[in-house]
Amino acid sequence: MPLPYYVSPEQMMQDKAEYAQKGISKGRSTIVIEYVDGILFFADNPSLSLNKISEVYDRIAFAGAGKYSEFESLRKAGIRHADLKGYAYSREDVTAKSLANAYSQSLGTMFSQELKPLEVEILVAEVHEGQGMNEIYRILYDGNICDEKGYTVIGGKSEAIKIYLKDKYKANMPIEEAIKLSVEALETGVNIKLTKENMEVAVLDRKRNGRKFRRIRIDELTAFLG
Amino acid sequence: MWNSSFYDYLATECPNLLPQSGVNQNEINLSSNLINREALKNIPHGTTVLALKYKDGVIIAGDRRATEGYQISARRVEKVYRCDDYSAIAISGAAGACIEMAKLLQVELEHYEKLEGVPLTTEGKANKLSQMIKGNLPFAMQGMIVIPIFAGYDLKREEGRIYKYDVTGGRYEETDYYATGSGGKDARSTLKKFFSTGMSEEKAIQLALESLYDASEEDVGTAGPDIVRGIYPTVKVIKNTGIEDVDMASIESVYKRLIAEKQKSSKKEK
Repeated sequence: MPLPYYVSPEQMMQDKAEYAQKGISKGRSTIVIEYVDGILFFADNPSLSLNKISEVYDRIAFAGAGKYSEFESLRKAGIRHADLKGYAYSREDVTAKSLANAYSQSLGTMFSQELKPLEVEILVAEVHEGQGMNEIYRILYDGNICDEKGYTVIGGKSEAIKIYLKDKYKANMPIEEAIKLSVEALETGVNIKLTKENMEVAVLDRKRNGRKFRRIRIDELTAFLG
Repeated sequence: MWNSSFYDYLATECPNLLPQSGVNQNEINLSSNLINREALKNIPHGTTVLALKYKDGVIIAGDRRATEGYQISARRVEKVYRCDDYSAIAISGAAGACIEMAKLLQVELEHYEKLEGVPLTTEGKANKLSQMIKGNLPFAMQGMIVIPIFAGYDLKREEGRIYKYDVTGGRYEETDYYATGSGGKDARSTLKKFFSTGMSEEKAIQLALESLYDASEEDVGTAGPDIVRGIYPTVKVIKNTGIEDVDMASIESVYKRLIAEKQKSSKKEK
Protein backbone atom coordinates (compact mmCIF):
# COMPACT_ATOMS: atom_id res chain seq x y z
CA MET A 1 0.00 0.00 0.00
CA PRO A 2 1.52 3.38 -1.00
CA LEU A 3 2.05 5.79 1.87
CA PRO A 4 0.44 9.21 1.55
CA TYR A 5 3.00 11.99 1.10
CA TYR A 6 3.82 13.92 4.23
CA VAL A 7 3.87 17.70 3.90
CA SER A 8 4.63 19.75 7.00
CA PRO A 9 2.01 22.35 7.96
CA GLU A 10 4.61 25.13 7.65
CA GLN A 11 5.42 24.07 4.12
CA MET A 12 1.75 23.86 3.20
CA MET A 13 0.97 27.34 4.49
CA GLN A 14 4.02 28.78 2.81
CA ASP A 15 3.07 27.22 -0.51
CA LYS A 16 -0.45 28.56 -0.25
CA ALA A 17 0.77 32.04 0.65
CA GLU A 18 3.18 32.07 -2.27
CA TYR A 19 0.43 30.93 -4.59
CA ALA A 20 -1.92 33.69 -3.40
CA GLN A 21 0.75 36.40 -3.54
CA LYS A 22 1.68 35.38 -7.06
CA GLY A 23 -1.94 35.71 -8.15
CA ILE A 24 -2.35 39.13 -6.51
CA SER A 25 0.92 40.51 -7.86
CA LYS A 26 -0.30 39.95 -11.42
CA GLY A 27 -3.21 42.37 -10.91
CA ARG A 28 -3.38 46.15 -11.03
CA SER A 29 -3.46 48.33 -7.92
CA THR A 30 -6.04 50.38 -6.05
CA ILE A 31 -5.25 53.34 -3.80
CA VAL A 32 -7.34 54.48 -0.88
CA ILE A 33 -6.50 57.91 0.46
CA GLU A 34 -8.10 60.22 3.02
CA TYR A 35 -8.87 63.74 1.84
CA VAL A 36 -10.50 66.73 3.47
CA ASP A 37 -14.14 65.66 3.00
CA GLY A 38 -13.74 61.92 3.36
CA ILE A 39 -12.06 58.99 1.65
CA LEU A 40 -11.03 58.68 -2.00
CA PHE A 41 -10.79 55.36 -3.86
CA PHE A 42 -8.67 55.27 -6.99
CA ALA A 43 -8.32 52.12 -9.09
CA ASP A 44 -6.36 51.43 -12.22
CA ASN A 45 -9.11 49.59 -14.08
CA PRO A 46 -9.40 49.19 -17.85
CA SER A 47 -13.01 48.04 -17.65
CA LEU A 48 -15.93 50.44 -17.35
CA SER A 49 -18.38 47.82 -16.13
CA LEU A 50 -16.35 45.37 -14.05
CA ASN A 51 -15.83 47.48 -10.97
CA LYS A 52 -13.13 47.15 -8.35
CA ILE A 53 -14.70 49.71 -6.05
CA SER A 54 -18.20 49.44 -4.66
CA GLU A 55 -20.65 50.91 -2.23
CA VAL A 56 -21.49 48.62 0.68
CA TYR A 57 -23.61 50.73 3.00
CA ASP A 58 -24.36 54.33 3.97
CA ARG A 59 -20.83 55.18 5.12
CA ILE A 60 -18.95 52.07 3.99
CA ALA A 61 -17.24 51.15 0.73
CA PHE A 62 -15.28 48.19 -0.56
CA ALA A 63 -12.31 47.79 -2.88
CA GLY A 64 -10.86 44.55 -4.15
CA ALA A 65 -7.67 43.52 -5.92
CA GLY A 66 -6.55 40.22 -7.36
CA LYS A 67 -8.88 37.73 -8.98
CA TYR A 68 -12.10 39.46 -10.04
CA SER A 69 -14.47 36.52 -9.58
CA GLU A 70 -13.18 35.97 -6.05
CA PHE A 71 -13.35 39.51 -4.71
CA GLU A 72 -16.67 40.02 -6.50
CA SER A 73 -18.26 37.23 -4.47
CA LEU A 74 -16.71 38.71 -1.31
CA ARG A 75 -18.17 42.10 -2.24
CA LYS A 76 -21.64 40.61 -2.66
CA ALA A 77 -21.36 38.74 0.63
CA GLY A 78 -20.39 42.02 2.30
CA ILE A 79 -23.43 43.85 0.93
CA ARG A 80 -25.68 41.01 2.12
CA HIS A 81 -24.06 41.12 5.56
CA ALA A 82 -24.53 44.89 5.80
CA ASP A 83 -28.09 45.03 4.45
CA LEU A 84 -29.19 42.18 6.69
CA LYS A 85 -27.71 43.82 9.76
CA GLY A 86 -29.19 47.21 8.91
CA TYR A 87 -32.61 45.65 8.31
CA ALA A 88 -32.63 43.57 11.47
CA TYR A 89 -31.27 46.35 13.71
CA SER A 90 -30.75 49.92 12.56
CA ARG A 91 -28.74 51.65 9.82
CA GLU A 92 -26.31 53.07 12.41
CA ASP A 93 -25.47 49.59 13.65
CA VAL A 94 -23.73 48.63 10.42
CA THR A 95 -20.01 49.23 10.93
CA ALA A 96 -16.85 48.70 8.90
CA LYS A 97 -15.23 47.04 11.88
CA SER A 98 -17.78 44.24 12.05
CA LEU A 99 -17.67 43.81 8.28
CA ALA A 100 -13.87 43.69 8.23
CA ASN A 101 -13.93 41.10 11.01
CA ALA A 102 -16.38 38.97 9.08
CA TYR A 103 -14.14 39.16 5.99
CA SER A 104 -11.09 38.32 8.06
CA GLN A 105 -12.81 35.29 9.54
CA SER A 106 -13.99 33.86 6.26
CA LEU A 107 -10.70 34.53 4.42
CA GLY A 108 -8.78 32.97 7.32
CA THR A 109 -10.95 29.87 7.29
CA MET A 110 -10.66 29.49 3.53
CA PHE A 111 -6.90 29.92 3.65
CA SER A 112 -6.39 27.16 6.18
CA GLN A 113 -9.08 24.73 5.09
CA GLU A 114 -9.44 24.96 1.33
CA LEU A 115 -6.93 23.49 -1.09
CA LYS A 116 -6.70 26.73 -3.04
CA PRO A 117 -6.51 30.05 -1.14
CA LEU A 118 -8.30 33.10 -2.49
CA GLU A 119 -6.01 35.32 -4.58
CA VAL A 120 -7.40 38.57 -3.24
CA GLU A 121 -6.62 41.58 -1.12
CA ILE A 122 -9.54 43.73 -0.01
CA LEU A 123 -10.23 47.05 1.65
CA VAL A 124 -13.16 48.14 3.77
CA ALA A 125 -13.41 51.83 4.65
CA GLU A 126 -15.91 53.84 6.64
CA VAL A 127 -16.15 57.62 6.64
CA HIS A 128 -16.92 59.41 9.93
CA GLU A 129 -17.95 62.95 10.77
CA GLY A 130 -14.71 64.15 12.35
CA GLN A 131 -11.34 64.48 10.63
CA GLY A 132 -9.03 61.62 11.49
CA MET A 133 -11.91 59.46 12.68
CA ASN A 134 -12.19 57.45 9.45
CA GLU A 135 -11.60 53.72 9.50
CA ILE A 136 -9.68 51.87 6.80
CA TYR A 137 -9.09 48.13 7.04
CA ARG A 138 -6.93 46.12 4.68
CA ILE A 139 -7.58 42.38 4.71
CA LEU A 140 -5.14 39.92 3.17
CA TYR A 141 -5.71 36.59 1.44
CA ASP A 142 -5.00 34.70 4.69
CA GLY A 143 -7.40 36.72 6.81
CA ASN A 144 -4.74 39.02 8.23
CA ILE A 145 -6.28 42.37 8.99
CA CYS A 146 -4.48 45.74 9.17
CA ASP A 147 -5.89 49.00 10.47
CA GLU A 148 -4.61 51.76 8.15
CA LYS A 149 -4.44 55.53 8.54
CA GLY A 150 -4.17 58.21 5.86
CA TYR A 151 -3.59 56.07 2.81
CA THR A 152 -3.06 52.48 1.74
CA VAL A 153 -2.66 50.45 -1.43
CA ILE A 154 -3.77 46.98 -2.48
CA GLY A 155 -2.91 44.89 -5.52
CA GLY A 156 0.09 44.18 -7.71
CA LYS A 157 2.64 46.92 -7.11
CA SER A 158 1.35 48.06 -3.75
CA GLU A 159 4.75 48.36 -2.03
CA ALA A 160 6.27 50.65 -4.67
CA ILE A 161 3.17 52.88 -4.67
CA LYS A 162 3.14 53.03 -0.86
CA ILE A 163 6.74 54.22 -0.81
CA TYR A 164 5.83 57.03 -3.21
CA LEU A 165 2.78 58.02 -1.14
CA LYS A 166 4.76 57.93 2.10
CA ASP A 167 6.72 61.04 1.07
CA LYS A 168 3.98 62.91 -0.71
CA TYR A 169 0.89 62.32 1.43
CA LYS A 170 -0.44 65.28 3.43
CA ALA A 171 -3.46 65.29 5.73
CA ASN A 172 -6.59 67.27 4.71
CA MET A 173 -5.84 67.56 0.99
CA PRO A 174 -8.62 68.89 -1.23
CA ILE A 175 -10.08 66.34 -3.64
CA GLU A 176 -8.19 67.58 -6.74
CA GLU A 177 -4.88 67.17 -4.97
CA ALA A 178 -5.78 63.68 -3.72
CA ILE A 179 -6.74 62.62 -7.25
CA LYS A 180 -3.58 64.10 -8.76
CA LEU A 181 -1.42 62.42 -6.13
CA SER A 182 -3.11 59.07 -6.80
CA VAL A 183 -2.43 59.37 -10.53
CA GLU A 184 1.24 60.26 -9.91
CA ALA A 185 1.65 57.46 -7.40
CA LEU A 186 0.17 54.84 -9.72
CA GLU A 187 2.13 56.08 -12.74
CA THR A 188 5.45 56.24 -10.88
CA GLY A 189 4.93 53.03 -8.89
CA VAL A 190 3.91 50.90 -11.84
CA ASN A 191 5.72 52.89 -14.51
CA ILE A 192 2.77 53.26 -16.87
CA LYS A 193 0.76 56.12 -18.35
CA LEU A 194 -2.85 56.21 -17.12
CA THR A 195 -5.67 57.38 -19.37
CA LYS A 196 -8.92 58.70 -17.93
CA GLU A 197 -10.76 55.69 -19.35
CA ASN A 198 -8.56 53.51 -17.15
CA MET A 199 -9.40 55.31 -13.94
CA GLU A 200 -12.14 54.12 -11.64
CA VAL A 201 -12.64 56.78 -8.99
CA ALA A 202 -15.15 57.02 -6.16
CA VAL A 203 -15.47 58.83 -2.85
CA LEU A 204 -17.08 58.44 0.52
CA ASP A 205 -18.02 62.08 0.98
CA ARG A 206 -19.11 63.00 4.51
CA LYS A 207 -20.85 66.12 3.21
CA ARG A 208 -23.46 64.08 1.35
CA ASN A 209 -26.83 63.29 2.89
CA GLY A 210 -27.72 59.65 3.46
CA ARG A 211 -25.58 57.40 1.30
CA LYS A 212 -22.06 58.86 1.27
CA PHE A 213 -20.71 56.82 -1.66
CA ARG A 214 -20.43 58.48 -5.03
CA ARG A 215 -18.62 57.61 -8.23
CA ILE A 216 -16.64 60.40 -9.89
CA ARG A 217 -17.67 60.61 -13.54
CA ILE A 218 -15.18 60.94 -16.33
CA ASP A 219 -16.13 64.57 -17.08
CA GLU A 220 -15.57 65.49 -13.43
CA LEU A 221 -12.20 63.76 -13.56
CA THR A 222 -11.28 65.86 -16.58
CA ALA A 223 -12.18 68.98 -14.62
CA PHE A 224 -10.15 67.89 -11.59
CA LEU A 225 -7.08 66.85 -13.55
CA GLY A 226 -7.13 69.82 -15.87
CA MET B 1 -26.18 30.86 -4.79
CA TRP B 2 -28.63 33.72 -4.27
CA ASN B 3 -29.80 36.19 -6.85
CA SER B 4 -29.77 39.94 -6.32
CA SER B 5 -32.95 40.04 -4.25
CA PHE B 6 -32.75 40.88 -0.57
CA TYR B 7 -36.25 39.47 -0.10
CA ASP B 8 -35.19 36.07 -1.48
CA TYR B 9 -32.04 36.20 0.63
CA LEU B 10 -34.12 36.76 3.77
CA ALA B 11 -36.51 33.98 2.77
CA THR B 12 -33.68 31.42 2.58
CA GLU B 13 -31.29 32.70 5.25
CA CYS B 14 -33.46 34.39 7.89
CA PRO B 15 -37.12 33.55 7.26
CA ASN B 16 -37.88 34.78 10.78
CA LEU B 17 -37.24 38.34 9.57
CA LEU B 18 -39.85 38.21 6.81
CA PRO B 19 -43.07 40.17 7.44
CA GLN B 20 -45.29 37.07 7.34
CA SER B 21 -43.12 35.03 9.70
CA GLY B 22 -45.58 35.45 12.60
CA VAL B 23 -48.35 33.58 10.83
CA ASN B 24 -49.05 30.01 11.82
CA GLN B 25 -49.62 28.29 8.48
CA ASN B 26 -51.51 25.30 10.01
CA GLU B 27 -54.01 27.51 11.71
CA ILE B 28 -54.85 29.22 8.44
CA ASN B 29 -55.34 25.98 6.57
CA LEU B 30 -57.66 24.54 9.21
CA SER B 31 -60.25 27.21 9.53
CA SER B 32 -59.27 29.93 7.13
CA ASN B 33 -62.69 31.12 6.02
CA LEU B 34 -64.16 31.33 9.50
CA ILE B 35 -61.56 33.48 11.21
CA ASN B 36 -60.87 35.62 8.31
CA ARG B 37 -64.25 36.99 7.39
CA GLU B 38 -64.66 38.16 10.97
CA ALA B 39 -61.11 39.48 11.17
CA LEU B 40 -61.42 41.39 7.93
CA LYS B 41 -64.43 43.33 9.19
CA ASN B 42 -62.55 44.69 12.16
CA ILE B 43 -59.19 45.65 10.76
CA PRO B 44 -58.28 49.31 10.88
CA HIS B 45 -58.19 50.46 7.30
CA GLY B 46 -58.35 54.18 7.85
CA THR B 47 -56.21 56.17 5.47
CA THR B 48 -56.23 58.11 2.28
CA VAL B 49 -53.21 57.93 0.05
CA LEU B 50 -53.08 59.07 -3.56
CA ALA B 51 -50.84 59.64 -6.55
CA LEU B 52 -51.35 61.72 -9.67
CA LYS B 53 -49.30 62.45 -12.74
CA TYR B 54 -48.39 65.96 -13.79
CA LYS B 55 -46.32 67.66 -16.47
CA ASP B 56 -42.86 66.67 -15.16
CA GLY B 57 -43.57 63.47 -13.25
CA VAL B 58 -45.74 62.26 -10.45
CA ILE B 59 -47.01 63.50 -7.06
CA ILE B 60 -47.63 61.09 -4.20
CA ALA B 61 -49.38 62.11 -0.98
CA GLY B 62 -51.11 60.77 2.11
CA ASP B 63 -52.82 61.88 5.29
CA ARG B 64 -51.25 61.30 8.73
CA ARG B 65 -53.90 59.60 10.84
CA ALA B 66 -53.79 56.08 12.27
CA THR B 67 -56.90 54.60 13.87
CA GLU B 68 -57.70 51.71 16.18
CA GLY B 69 -61.41 51.05 15.86
CA TYR B 70 -63.10 54.36 16.70
CA GLN B 71 -60.00 55.76 18.41
CA ILE B 72 -57.27 57.83 16.84
CA SER B 73 -54.05 55.97 17.67
CA ALA B 74 -51.59 58.40 16.11
CA ARG B 75 -51.70 61.81 14.45
CA ARG B 76 -48.28 61.98 12.88
CA VAL B 77 -47.99 58.68 11.06
CA GLU B 78 -45.94 58.70 7.89
CA LYS B 79 -47.68 56.85 5.06
CA VAL B 80 -45.58 57.97 2.12
CA TYR B 81 -42.07 56.50 2.01
CA ARG B 82 -39.22 57.26 -0.33
CA CYS B 83 -38.01 53.97 -1.85
CA ASP B 84 -35.04 55.32 -3.79
CA ASP B 85 -34.16 58.44 -5.78
CA TYR B 86 -36.95 57.87 -8.32
CA SER B 87 -39.75 56.07 -6.53
CA ALA B 88 -42.00 56.12 -3.49
CA ILE B 89 -44.61 53.93 -1.87
CA ALA B 90 -47.78 55.09 -0.11
CA ILE B 91 -49.37 52.55 2.16
CA SER B 92 -52.86 51.70 3.29
CA GLY B 93 -53.95 48.80 5.45
CA ALA B 94 -52.74 47.41 8.76
CA ALA B 95 -50.05 49.82 9.97
CA GLY B 96 -47.45 47.37 11.25
CA ALA B 97 -47.45 45.16 8.18
CA CYS B 98 -47.51 48.19 5.88
CA ILE B 99 -44.53 49.93 7.46
CA GLU B 100 -42.55 46.71 7.49
CA MET B 101 -43.23 46.16 3.81
CA ALA B 102 -42.24 49.72 2.91
CA LYS B 103 -38.98 49.28 4.82
CA LEU B 104 -38.31 45.94 3.17
CA LEU B 105 -38.92 47.43 -0.27
CA GLN B 106 -36.43 50.23 0.42
CA VAL B 107 -33.74 47.72 1.37
CA GLU B 108 -34.68 45.50 -1.58
CA LEU B 109 -34.19 48.29 -4.13
CA GLU B 110 -30.96 49.55 -2.60
CA HIS B 111 -29.64 45.98 -2.31
CA TYR B 112 -30.29 45.29 -5.97
CA GLU B 113 -28.70 48.56 -7.01
CA LYS B 114 -25.54 47.85 -5.03
CA LEU B 115 -25.16 44.25 -6.16
CA GLU B 116 -25.89 44.85 -9.83
CA GLY B 117 -24.39 48.32 -10.13
CA VAL B 118 -27.55 49.67 -11.79
CA PRO B 119 -30.98 50.41 -10.30
CA LEU B 120 -34.06 48.39 -11.23
CA THR B 121 -36.42 49.81 -13.87
CA THR B 122 -39.69 51.33 -12.62
CA GLU B 123 -41.55 48.30 -13.94
CA GLY B 124 -39.09 46.00 -12.15
CA LYS B 125 -39.58 47.79 -8.84
CA ALA B 126 -43.37 47.66 -9.16
CA ASN B 127 -43.21 43.98 -10.02
CA LYS B 128 -41.02 43.17 -7.01
CA LEU B 129 -43.54 44.90 -4.76
CA SER B 130 -46.24 42.77 -6.34
CA GLN B 131 -44.40 39.60 -5.33
CA MET B 132 -43.95 40.90 -1.79
CA ILE B 133 -47.68 41.58 -1.46
CA LYS B 134 -48.39 38.11 -2.80
CA GLY B 135 -46.03 36.68 -0.18
CA ASN B 136 -48.05 38.52 2.43
CA LEU B 137 -51.29 36.75 1.42
CA PRO B 138 -51.44 34.35 4.40
CA PHE B 139 -51.00 37.34 6.67
CA ALA B 140 -53.63 39.30 4.73
CA MET B 141 -56.10 36.44 5.20
CA GLN B 142 -55.79 37.07 8.93
CA GLY B 143 -56.57 40.71 8.48
CA MET B 144 -53.08 42.14 8.08
CA ILE B 145 -53.80 43.64 4.70
CA VAL B 146 -51.27 45.75 2.82
CA ILE B 147 -52.55 47.72 -0.17
CA PRO B 148 -50.01 50.27 -1.38
CA ILE B 149 -49.73 52.68 -4.25
CA PHE B 150 -46.37 52.70 -5.97
CA ALA B 151 -45.26 55.76 -7.91
CA GLY B 152 -42.05 56.33 -9.78
CA TYR B 153 -40.38 58.37 -12.46
CA ASP B 154 -39.45 56.24 -15.46
CA LEU B 155 -36.13 57.60 -16.74
CA LYS B 156 -36.41 55.72 -20.04
CA ARG B 157 -39.94 56.83 -20.87
CA GLU B 158 -39.40 60.22 -19.23
CA GLU B 159 -42.72 60.19 -17.39
CA GLY B 160 -44.24 59.44 -14.02
CA ARG B 161 -45.91 56.06 -13.50
CA ILE B 162 -48.51 54.91 -10.97
CA TYR B 163 -49.32 51.35 -9.91
CA LYS B 164 -52.13 50.10 -7.71
CA TYR B 165 -52.37 46.65 -6.13
CA ASP B 166 -54.87 44.19 -4.76
CA VAL B 167 -54.47 41.81 -1.79
CA THR B 168 -53.20 38.96 -3.95
CA GLY B 169 -50.41 41.07 -5.37
CA GLY B 170 -52.30 41.92 -8.56
CA ARG B 171 -50.65 44.95 -10.14
CA TYR B 172 -52.48 47.44 -12.29
CA GLU B 173 -50.97 50.50 -13.89
CA GLU B 174 -53.01 53.70 -13.74
CA THR B 175 -52.78 56.24 -16.53
CA ASP B 176 -53.56 59.48 -14.66
CA TYR B 177 -54.24 59.20 -10.93
CA TYR B 178 -55.32 56.85 -8.17
CA ALA B 179 -56.31 57.00 -4.51
CA THR B 180 -56.86 54.21 -2.02
CA GLY B 181 -57.64 53.62 1.67
CA SER B 182 -60.90 54.18 3.49
CA GLY B 183 -61.17 57.69 2.03
CA GLY B 184 -59.82 56.67 -1.35
CA LYS B 185 -63.18 56.77 -3.06
CA ASP B 186 -63.83 60.33 -1.90
CA ALA B 187 -60.38 61.49 -2.93
CA ARG B 188 -60.87 59.86 -6.32
CA SER B 189 -64.08 61.85 -6.85
CA THR B 190 -62.20 65.11 -6.42
CA LEU B 191 -59.31 63.91 -8.58
CA LYS B 192 -61.73 62.76 -11.27
CA LYS B 193 -63.44 66.09 -11.36
CA PHE B 194 -60.39 68.36 -11.45
CA PHE B 195 -57.62 66.26 -13.00
CA SER B 196 -56.28 67.29 -16.36
CA THR B 197 -53.30 65.98 -18.27
CA GLY B 198 -50.12 68.06 -18.14
CA MET B 199 -50.88 70.09 -15.00
CA SER B 200 -48.16 72.26 -13.49
CA GLU B 201 -46.43 71.09 -10.31
CA GLU B 202 -48.14 73.77 -8.23
CA LYS B 203 -51.61 72.89 -9.55
CA ALA B 204 -51.03 69.18 -9.06
CA ILE B 205 -49.90 69.66 -5.43
CA GLN B 206 -52.98 71.79 -4.81
CA LEU B 207 -55.24 69.13 -6.29
CA ALA B 208 -53.59 66.41 -4.19
CA LEU B 209 -54.12 68.44 -1.02
CA GLU B 210 -57.70 69.33 -1.88
CA SER B 211 -58.51 65.68 -2.60
CA LEU B 212 -57.14 64.70 0.80
CA TYR B 213 -59.18 67.48 2.39
CA ASP B 214 -62.37 66.24 0.72
CA ALA B 215 -61.63 62.69 1.81
CA SER B 216 -61.15 63.86 5.41
CA GLU B 217 -64.58 65.51 5.33
CA GLU B 218 -66.29 62.25 4.38
CA ASP B 219 -64.14 59.59 6.03
CA VAL B 220 -63.48 59.21 9.78
CA GLY B 221 -60.24 57.35 9.12
CA THR B 222 -58.65 60.26 7.28
CA ALA B 223 -57.28 63.37 8.94
CA GLY B 224 -57.70 66.84 7.53
CA PRO B 225 -55.17 69.62 8.02
CA ASP B 226 -54.53 69.96 11.77
CA ILE B 227 -53.92 73.70 12.07
CA VAL B 228 -53.77 73.65 15.87
CA ARG B 229 -50.89 71.18 16.02
CA GLY B 230 -49.46 72.12 12.65
CA ILE B 231 -49.78 68.59 11.24
CA TYR B 232 -50.38 68.42 7.49
CA PRO B 233 -50.41 65.61 4.93
CA THR B 234 -47.10 64.51 3.42
CA VAL B 235 -46.49 65.20 -0.25
CA LYS B 236 -43.56 64.04 -2.35
CA VAL B 237 -42.73 65.03 -5.92
CA ILE B 238 -40.88 62.62 -8.21
CA LYS B 239 -39.40 63.95 -11.44
CA ASN B 240 -36.29 63.57 -13.58
CA THR B 241 -34.09 65.27 -10.97
CA GLY B 242 -35.18 62.78 -8.31
CA ILE B 243 -37.57 62.70 -5.42
CA GLU B 244 -38.16 65.62 -3.07
CA ASP B 245 -40.45 66.43 -0.15
CA VAL B 246 -42.82 69.36 -0.50
CA ASP B 247 -41.98 71.48 2.53
CA MET B 248 -44.51 71.88 5.33
CA ALA B 249 -44.68 75.67 5.01
CA SER B 250 -45.98 75.56 1.43
CA ILE B 251 -48.47 72.79 2.26
CA GLU B 252 -49.66 74.91 5.16
CA SER B 253 -50.16 77.96 2.96
CA VAL B 254 -52.13 75.94 0.38
CA TYR B 255 -54.45 74.74 3.15
CA LYS B 256 -54.84 78.17 4.70
CA ARG B 257 -55.92 79.54 1.34
CA LEU B 258 -58.29 76.63 0.76
CA ILE B 259 -59.88 77.02 4.18
CA ALA B 260 -60.26 80.80 3.72
CA GLU B 261 -62.07 80.20 0.42
CA LYS B 262 -64.35 77.64 2.03
CA GLN B 263 -65.16 80.00 4.89
CA LYS B 264 -65.99 82.75 2.42
CA SER B 265 -68.36 80.56 0.42
CA SER B 266 -70.09 79.17 3.52
CA LYS B 267 -70.70 82.74 4.79
CA LYS B 268 -72.36 83.58 1.49
CA GLU B 269 -74.70 80.62 1.95
CA LYS B 270 -75.92 82.03 5.26
